[in-house]
Parts: sequence; C-alpha cells; structure tokens
Amino acid sequence: MSQLKETILKTTANGDKAFVPYIMAGDGGLDKLQSTILKLQELGVTAIEVGIPFTDPVADGPTIERAGERALANGATLRKIIETLRSFAEQITVPLVAMTYLNPILAYGVEEFARDAKAAGIRGVIIPDMPLEESSVVHPPLKDEGIALVQLVSLASSPERIERLTKASEGFIYAVTVNGITGARQSFADELGEHFKMLQSSTDTPVLAGFGISTPDHVRNFGAICDGVIVGSKIVDSLANDDWATIEDLVKVSKVAPVK
Amino acid sequence: MTTTEVKGRFGRFGGQFVPETLMTALQELEEAYDKYKIDEDFQNELSYYLKNYVGRETPLYFAERLTAHVGGAKIYLKREDLNHTGAHKINNALGQALLAKRMGKKKIVAETGAGQHGVATATACALLGLECIVYMGAEDVKRQALNVFRMELLGTKVVGVEKGSATLKDAVNEALRHWVTNIEDTHYILGSAMGPHPFPTIVRDFQRVIGDETRKQIIEVENRLPNAVVACIGGGSNSIGMFYPFVEDQDVALYGVEAAGLGIETGKHAAAINGGQTGVLHGAFMYLLQDENGFVQEAHSISAGLDYPGVGPEHCYLNDIGRATYVNATDAEALEGVQLLCRTEGILPALESAHAIAYASKLAKTMSPDEILVICLSGRGDKDVHTISSALGGDLA
Repeated sequence: MSQLKETILKTTANGDKAFVPYIMAGDGGLDKLQSTILKLQELGVTAIEVGIPFTDPVADGPTIERAGERALANGATLRKIIETLRSFAEQITVPLVAMTYLNPILAYGVEEFARDAKAAGIRGVIIPDMPLEESSVVHPPLKDEGIALVQLVSLASSPERIERLTKASEGFIYAVTVNGITGARQSFADELGEHFKMLQSSTDTPVLAGFGISTPDHVRNFGAICDGVIVGSKIVDSLANDDWATIEDLVKVSKVAPVK
Repeated sequence: MTTTEVKGRFGRFGGQFVPETLMTALQELEEAYDKYKIDEDFQNELSYYLKNYVGRETPLYFAERLTAHVGGAKIYLKREDLNHTGAHKINNALGQALLAKRMGKKKIVAETGAGQHGVATATACALLGLECIVYMGAEDVKRQALNVFRMELLGTKVVGVEKGSATLKDAVNEALRHWVTNIEDTHYILGSAMGPHPFPTIVRDFQRVIGDETRKQIIEVENRLPNAVVACIGGGSNSIGMFYPFVEDQDVALYGVEAAGLGIETGKHAAAINGGQTGVLHGAFMYLLQDENGFVQEAHSISAGLDYPGVGPEHCYLNDIGRATYVNATDAEALEGVQLLCRTEGILPALESAHAIAYASKLAKTMSPDEILVICLSGRGDKDVHTISSALGGDLA
C-alpha cells in the first residue's frame, strides 16, 4: 500500500476526515514554500497538494490560473520547486502530492522526475491532462519510487470507466464534484450523494472530493458522503491574502476532536 | 495505408491528453463519427451542402502568368479561397456542425485564430440553427476586426481572451474550459487537424475533399499526378486535407510550409516541426514550441491563422517517416508572396496561404517546365488587408 493511502486511512480510522489543501508553489515566491507547508502541517492537514504552475492550465479556473501566472512570473519551475522542497525535506511530515500538467514532467524526464520527487517528499502525483489510457509513460517510473498516481473520476465518467478508474487509482480517488474547471462554487448537483455512494462501494481506496469546495459547510457536507476533501482555490486565495484564520476554520471541520 | 491509427495515434504522435471529464465526450464523439462517416444519409446531406451552399468543387486553376514569372514547374492553384466564407475552414465546420446536430447537441463552441474558422463555424451554425460561441485571442480580435464583425452579424457570440499571449493557443484553452463545463449540450468544433483523438482524424476526413478533388482534376487536365504539392501549416488542416489522398503516391512530393515569423534563428516563429521539440498540449503529443521547463512558448507569425505553437499529430508522423517535407517561410517572404500573386494572377491570398506561395515559387524554380506543382490556396486575403497595409508601411487603419 502506498504511503499516501496509508496516511489517509489512518486519518479516517480515527473518525476524522482527510483534509488536503492545494497550494500553488511559487505564488508569493519560492521562499514562502517552506513556511506555508510547515504551517499547514501544524494545523493538522492530512496531505498537501503542491500545484506546479504551467503556461496552459486547461483544467483550472481563474483563481488557480492567476496564482499560476504569479508563480511563473516569480520564476517557479518544476525543477526549482523540487529543489526547494528537497532543501527542507527532513522537516516534512505529511505526504506531498504534486499536481502538475504532463508536459513539465516530460521535459524533466519521467525517470529523473520520479527519483527527485521522492527525495523531495512527494508521495503522490495528479496529472489533470493525463487520463488513465495515457498513463503508461509515467506510471512505471512512479511505481518504482513508491509514488502513487492518483486518478480523477468525473461526474461524466461512465459506470464502466468509474470501475476501471477506481481500481487503477493509487493513494486516493480524486472525485471531481462538478463538470468543469477548478474554482469556488455556490452549489452542487443533488445527485452527488448517489455518485459518491457508488464510488465508495467500488473500492477500499479512500475517495476525496475536490473542485469547488470552499466553505466549512462544503467540507462538512462532503465529509459526510466520502473520506475527505481537497480545497484548492479557497486556500490559494487565503494564502495570497495571508488569511490563516479562514484556513484554520476549514481544517477544523474535518476533525472529530478539536486540534490541539 | 501508410499512416497508422492505433488508439488515435499516428506513430508515436496524437493520443487523448485531456481531463477525465472530457473522456466521455470524446468517446461519444468517436462513436457518433464512426457511425455517420459510413451513413449514406449523412454523407448525402454533407455533399448537398458542399455543392449547393459552399460552392464545391473548387477550381484547380493553371496559374500561367505566375508560372512564366517564376520560370520552372507548371504551377496550379487549388482555389479553396473561392469557397463560401473565403477559406477551406467551411469544409470541416459544416461537417462537424452536421455531426453535432445528429448527436443532438444544440450548442457549439469553437476557437479561432485568423477568424476564418470562427466565421465558418458561425456560418454553419446560422445555417443549421445552432447556438454558437467563439473564443478568440484578444490580439487576434484586434488583427482580425473584420472577421469578428462578420461572426457577430451571423449571430455568434465572440469572446476575446486576454490571457497568455492572447492568440490562438489561449483561445483553444478557453474553448476547452468552456467545453468541460458544458459537455452535456455542447459540441466543440475544433478547427484544425489537432487536439485529442478523434479530432485530428475527423478534421482530416472533412478536409480531404481538397486533395480528392485535386487528384481527380489534375488527372483530367494533365492526365497524370503532380510532382509536388505545397500547403501552409499552422495546426495543419488544409495541408493534411490536401496531402492525405496523395500519401500513397510516393512520386508526389509533399511540402508543408511552416511560419518562420522573423526567422527561426530569432526564436520569433511558429515553426513547431522545424524549431520545436516533442511535447503535450491541447490533448495531443506533437512537436511543440517550448522551453527547457516544458512551458509552452508563444508563437509568432504575421498570419494569425499560423500563430500556434503546436502542429497536428499526423504531420508530425509524416515528418518522422519522411513522407512529407516540412519547410518554412518568413513573414517577409509571405508578404512578397501576397504581392506576387496579386500582380501576376489578380488573386489576393490570405497571409496563411501566402507562406505556401512564397515557398512554392522558390521550389518551382528548381523544377523543370514539364513538371507540375500544385499549391493549396487555402483562403482569400480580404481579412488581411489592414495587416498587409501596415506591414508594407501603409496606413489603412
């Protein structure tokens, strides 16, 4: 079992829900990466999704896209981000999950990336523009390093696809809650409960909900129907405004007992 | 067949590098296309509109004065500029709009660079009663104001994209985002032979009418096949449509002309095969302009329609196996091509097509008078008069 999956299962075994914040590496400068990750750890997050900026982020909405543009303007690249993470890797206690478009990995070299990512504390990878059918290029090198390749499942995925995706997904299953791109949403479709029931019944791998989750109510409601949540745009916005109170409020909801 | 089509691949190129949300839509599209491409009723409907609405077949015209001026091979022009809406783009837009209608999709989204695909899509949607939204780079909205107005007249909503380089690649990003968000009722009419499978195949099939007609016409007139065929390449739809029916005729040399902008050595160009490396963008593995970090670089070309950092996967494959030769022409050479064709033949070509004219005139010189060269004249240049005027030091705007 991957370390990522083990960590999430340990969290849910306590009755807590997994809480995975998404940060855009390099937003506010690469210097900020260390303090942000260490502070999120202290708040008791389960894992941290580290976004890698890209010039053409087709799966992202305006909040993350703009954060990516800021990170690019700060000179952030996959290579520099991994170097920065390695510089404080011994202080990282939660699994990091890199969310990156495919082309930066191809340019890095898949095997070299897998090796360096592991040394930098990366335990999972999400590639939003690489569906399961195209994953054979990156999967073996990641597997060799014990890095989980997380699959996204969408509302539009057919039952037959869902079965294949949930079987193949490592670490956790990233259940996309809306048809669309990342970003805060007011409301979600009513039939989501059924969708998550089906996902959970088809696998023992934890199911985390992501896209559009931005309020404590969302965290609570999705926590009730799956194993936890990924919060992206709201975290990115809060970090950009140095608003840690909002982040704390979101994390708290995922815990049964108050954080010490 | 010399081209392979395993799982949407052309050799090592192509594929389906898209968010999971789009996979079901792509599968639906593939199934619908497989069904209708052999459906007689659908093909008859398409043929009817191509003949009576678009005005096909387009002439294959012997450019006698251009031939005499250049001195070398006999030059023929495949007159795609005479299609309704002024370019080859209508062949694909109409085909896909008819397909969308059969699939029960009532809304269309499209991207456009020069505006020719946008106008063609807006036209097909007006003809078939479909709702249409077109994303266009803000830079191109400026360069191609005439086409923006045409689309709006046709009832299409044009959305300018300010992000990134504000050109075609950014318009594709926004069109993809729109499609992901509206997949239930919307079909994406991709305008070039690029993007995720099955688009490169669908676009090629709707554009192969160019090459099929050319092949038949040249045999009628000359009783033989041409020695060389030349077409410009942005994403590569007019060129793949022209090349495909000749791919197995090994004696017909195929030349794709990429946009070299200010010169490939300056880095300001749009020549993905000549000046890029393999990578993934917009759903496909292809040659791509990028830096060492895998970040996509901005393309540069005087012609908005060629201003794209990638190139269709089938072209990448034809390049790898050596079946087609990929060359280039600069902005300056294209401008010369425009003037050359205006003065020798009285035809104002699109800046895109002018790249093919520029290269073909060089090539024809090296050939003998009993050889034949066909240029795909993919579009007319009315849309470009402001750009051409300002590049030549005029002041039309």
